[in-house]
Amino acid sequence: MSESHAVEHVHHEMGFLHKYIFSTDHKIIGIQYMITAMAMAVVGGLLSLLMRYQLAWPTTLSPMMAKIFPVAYAGGIMAPEFYISLVTMHGTIMVFFLFTAVLTGAFGNFLIPLQIGARDMAFPFLNALSYWIFLLSCIVIFSALFVTSGAPMGGWTAYAPLSAVPAAAPGQGAGMTLWITAIALFSASGLMGGLNYITTILTMRTRGLSMMRLPLTQWSLLITAILGLLAFPVLLGAAILLTFDRVGGTSFFVPAGIIINGLPLDHSGGHPLLWQHLFWFFGHPEVYIVILPAMGMASDILSTFCRKPIFSYRMMIYSMVAISVLSFIVWGHHMFVSGMNPFLGSVFTLTTLLIAVPSAVKTFNWLGTVWGARIRFTSPGLFSIGFVSMFVSGGLSGLFLGTSAADIQLQDTYFVVAHFHLVMAIAPLFAAFAGIYFWFPKMFGRLMNEPLGKIHFWFTFVGVYCVFFPMHILGIGGQMRRIYDPTSYLFLQAQQPLNVFISISAFVLGAAQVIFLFNFFFSIFAGKRTFERNPWNATTLEWTAPCPPGHGNFGVELPTVYRWPFDFSVPGEKEDFIPQDVPATAATKH
Amino acid sequence: MPTLVEERKGITLPPGPPIDGGGDEFSGDPASSFPISKGQIGVWVLLTAIIMLFAGLTSAYIVLRGVPTWQNIELPSWLWPNTAILLLSSVAIEISRRAVRRGDIASMRRWLAASGLLGLAFLAGQLAAWRQLVNAGVYVPSTLQSGFFYILTGLHGLHLLGGVFALGFVMFRAMTHRLSAVDHEPLKLCALYWHVMDALWIYLFLLLLLS
Repeated sequence: MSESHAVEHVHHEMGFLHKYIFSTDHKIIGIQYMITAMAMAVVGGLLSLLMRYQLAWPTTLSPMMAKIFPVAYAGGIMAPEFYISLVTMHGTIMVFFLFTAVLTGAFGNFLIPLQIGARDMAFPFLNALSYWIFLLSCIVIFSALFVTSGAPMGGWTAYAPLSAVPAAAPGQGAGMTLWITAIALFSASGLMGGLNYITTILTMRTRGLSMMRLPLTQWSLLITAILGLLAFPVLLGAAILLTFDRVGGTSFFVPAGIIINGLPLDHSGGHPLLWQHLFWFFGHPEVYIVILPAMGMASDILSTFCRKPIFSYRMMIYSMVAISVLSFIVWGHHMFVSGMNPFLGSVFTLTTLLIAVPSAVKTFNWLGTVWGARIRFTSPGLFSIGFVSMFVSGGLSGLFLGTSAADIQLQDTYFVVAHFHLVMAIAPLFAAFAGIYFWFPKMFGRLMNEPLGKIHFWFTFVGVYCVFFPMHILGIGGQMRRIYDPTSYLFLQAQQPLNVFISISAFVLGAAQVIFLFNFFFSIFAGKRTFERNPWNATTLEWTAPCPPGHGNFGVELPTVYRWPFDFSVPGEKEDFIPQDVPATAATKH
Repeated sequence: MPTLVEERKGITLPPGPPIDGGGDEFSGDPASSFPISKGQIGVWVLLTAIIMLFAGLTSAYIVLRGVPTWQNIELPSWLWPNTAILLLSSVAIEISRRAVRRGDIASMRRWLAASGLLGLAFLAGQLAAWRQLVNAGVYVPSTLQSGFFYILTGLHGLHLLGGVFALGFVMFRAMTHRLSAVDHEPLKLCALYWHVMDALWIYLFLLLLLS
């Protein structure tokens, strides 16, 4: 839509279908992404609770579950195949359909035009198309749970040859086909989104908004979009080769002489490790696709609730750039025990440990921001501090896992599970919660309930530590990932009480999320109405627009930017914040 | 409002707002207009994605080139004339682009049509090359290289077909008099895409030829 065309429609009212369903308005698309991702989160979360129930009480008969899942719980005990499907579906749904979708899809779409002072994205139609393809991919992956032959069992990493040979396991037939289809659709949707983000942030910034005046959220979304642009096509290429292995009779990832279920397969011989290389070339940047927007959002929110400028704005940007460059040369640390050349392992150890440097820079900057601040402990502020805590807790164990000598001991144990959950699942989750509490008034014109938000925070904060911290101990004790009955191993039986503790904590943690969901949906309709444009006294441009902004975001005139986004507690000023669109002369008049 | 639109296009830029109150971290150019158009960034982003797709496949090709079961196939002779046709189509679109810059719309349309037809001829030639291989008994799963041959040529063909549709769109704009010497960005972007697809083919051909 051209600029002038958009202006004509600033106050244009539209019908329900046009406004909420077939909308090309970036705010509606962002909210669509958010609600869809939340639905996927509920599915993914319930799957993990099924796993935790199984791990705590693996031999307890559950007639109720047998009624709900007659095949998976035949005789009242979970089938091992079903457990592996749960692992696969939980990982896939959470990584792609929750975190990637909510952080870039929901917040990216909602925030980019608002924070850069634009009326919409550069290509609104492409943006809407991106959401609909994303929704389709969600439906496809969800339907994989209901295939009679079983859901996919290859893990979210879909390692070949398990993924390349449909006969390898029950879920590797139709279930795996749906998995590949969903990931291909997701990649296409992500590319359309990324194209929009890059173009919009680069070309549509309002007057005065130079790159070095952008909020860190915008920097992080721009860098994330570039990462996605470079990583997803490689996954897509690998998926094409995989599909040919499955249906075309090729042998790219299937070694020669492979025997499945006692039957030799007619494959001429490829390279199973090749899949791992291609997958992790995508997969490692993917974890930064998840964490970078979380870092950006948490930085902006932390600064707002500390009433202090972010500590070293420039280093925050440079460290994000450094992390994203390094993310493309560390993928081998996922493959230390795959039989790769040990020398290559040392190289990947070096590059991996290098990532600790920019990560530590960011952490010190967050600490520097909090240092001496008069922090406002409201829900968004609490969750942004929680983000830093989770990132540090999860990041430190990364140093052990990134060192090949230590990793050989810890590989495929619960130590790894604890590490990646804290650093790339829980930390982004906290940033997403911070973002939802923070921008909720801008999305819906109402505030979320603050006491419920605090209860949600404390249960979640303590809950995740109770769930994931003991997993380090389980892992060092030798408990392997993806096993469905730890008690069947003599050496793990002594640790079983810890598994029970983790599972009970997980149920409490899950229940705490119900408080959040209630708060979210209740507040959309009955939350405290806010007519104020800037309820948090923040500085960035979205807070100069009405709550919620109409079609076209800003009034007839787009805002002009006069300053960077972190003018908090400027000495000599009456207010402790100066929005970006306040001219210097006006500010000094205060 | 209109002033802002013009600013975006980089035509006029009133003096930027005073630089002040930025804290010690502030820096940068207060004027935010970006010198490259939306369409150009969009196409470059798309091309980057396409290049990464083929880069990923190339790395797979090189890795598998080292396994003992690798067997080279004899490449179909059709590829040579096809390559010449594609190069000619690139030349044609370049002539067309230069014609529109001079304002010679008729010549632009002629050469644009020629480029599209040559593109379609290339695709037909690629199908003939596949036919040639099938007749020789070389199918997708025959060897690792034959699998790559069909996948790489097929994916390149699909992307080129997308380019043909884009050329059709530009042609439609030309027919409805919406292209001029000053405003012909769609043709420029199309030509860029077309040249990259052309270069990509040369690259893939060399990759397949030199293994």
